[in-house]
Amino acid sequence: MLQVSGLKSGYGRIPVLFGVDLAVAEGALVGILGHNGMGKSTLLKALMGMLPAEAGTVVLEGREITRLAPFARARAGIGYVPQGREIFPALSVRENLRMGCLLSRRPEAATIEDVLTSFPRLTRLLDRPGGALSGGEQQLLALARCLCGGPRLILLDEPTEGIQPSIIDEIIETLQGLREARHLTIILVEQNLKFIAALSQRVLIIQKGVITREVSPQAIQDPALVAEFVGMAA
Amino acid sequence: MDVIGLVAFDVLNSIAALVLLSLGLGVIYGLMRVINLAHGEFLMLGAYATALATNQGVNLWVSMLVVAPAFVGLVGLAVERGFIRFLYGRMIDTMLATWGLSLFIVGFITTVFGTTVKGVAAPLGEFSIGQYRQSAYSLFVIVMAVVLVAGVWLVLRYTKFGLIVRATMQNPAMAAALGVSPARIYMITFGLGAALTGLAGGVLAPISGVSPTMGSAYVAKAFITVIGGGAAIVTGTGIASVLFGTINQVAAYETTPVFGEVALLVSAIIMIRLLPQGITGRFFRRSL
Repeated sequence: MLQVSGLKSGYGRIPVLFGVDLAVAEGALVGILGHNGMGKSTLLKALMGMLPAEAGTVVLEGREITRLAPFARARAGIGYVPQGREIFPALSVRENLRMGCLLSRRPEAATIEDVLTSFPRLTRLLDRPGGALSGGEQQLLALARCLCGGPRLILLDEPTEGIQPSIIDEIIETLQGLREARHLTIILVEQNLKFIAALSQRVLIIQKGVITREVSPQAIQDPALVAEFVGMAA
Repeated sequence: MDVIGLVAFDVLNSIAALVLLSLGLGVIYGLMRVINLAHGEFLMLGAYATALATNQGVNLWVSMLVVAPAFVGLVGLAVERGFIRFLYGRMIDTMLATWGLSLFIVGFITTVFGTTVKGVAAPLGEFSIGQYRQSAYSLFVIVMAVVLVAGVWLVLRYTKFGLIVRATMQNPAMAAALGVSPARIYMITFGLGAALTGLAGGVLAPISGVSPTMGSAYVAKAFITVIGGGAAIVTGTGIASVLFGTINQVAAYETTPVFGEVALLVSAIIMIRLLPQGITGRFFRRSL
């Protein structure tokens, strides 16, 4: 579904990605694991078009999207749940979801109602301002907003960052249920080993801006092995 | 009693004029954070479009309510595409560029039409408040101010376009990730702000007279009102207009019109000192 080859990108003159190669099959959930500063979020931003590609190609469903602007990639079927969630703070929860519906092919009300069945916790918050929600609720909202647009590929950037453990379990369950029900393809960037092991079918290790190896989700449940892979203390 | 009615009517007029002067700027500065120093010239172009079209035989109402906003809206689109879009996030550069634009527009209009142009007379005749005669057109100006404020609020609050505009102004990158082209929304918003300003220039033309330099008289008041209003552009601009318009007219009635202007400026300075984020930075924070 997605083929990335030799992708280089960075912030202005500071290079971060030094040639990323990555292939994601339809319906797969690929986890990307790495230290802070290794380029995880940068990779997702480059895939979304928020950072320019300096070299390499990105091909989505056979169509090259390397030079497309973010809104065009969204229209091509990529959904993005950024780090920090990026809820519109002054818009109500309902209005945040309505923004998510811009790319939906179905009527707005039906789309929102449908998505809310997977996120019952949001139902009673619909009229609150997005900025008044807790971190966990905002994360659920960011996921729900992304799903409203009916994306075929979702880029999920550190959904567990700063979130209470009870909601992390809820997010895991929600994502597992959604993936089966909607045939979603997901690229998940994480530092939370339990989260990435519970969801991923494949786990890629990113180090210094390149994908260095692929490991099995079982392998990263062993802290000693993880330390060997990424130097990350679990 | 008649005098009270007269003063109240003048206060309403003063408020309405401030609302009209600043609403377009509220959209362009309040939503987009673009400091458009050519705002006064956009007003002037609206007044010119109205006067010239009317002098060519176009119905006054058509030239005021259709020709002026359409023409200045197009000018706004051209300006946004021409250079504003390259300067988003660069406040000082934007100020310099729009200042240059304002000088250019004044020079261009003076060169083409000279320093004076035949204005338009206020239509609708007069009505009386007790023993005093007042222009009925002033009533129309008040109605227009109410209609425009309500219109902008309704569009922002209830339409899908308004939702997209609010979201894009809060977080353009995230709006883009949801399929919105921020560049397009900026262009349309700037064009709408310019069109509102042109409409205001057209509506005010019969009262204020028409000259190439008329914009400079208005631009400061418009900025004071918008900045005094704070982040919520419609509520803020509305409340600030009521406050400053009342102070201006009451002071003018008690003393002289010149001192009325002074009182407006002094009260604005005091208010910005007390409420640096504007009125809606402290009160009505959740409003639009």
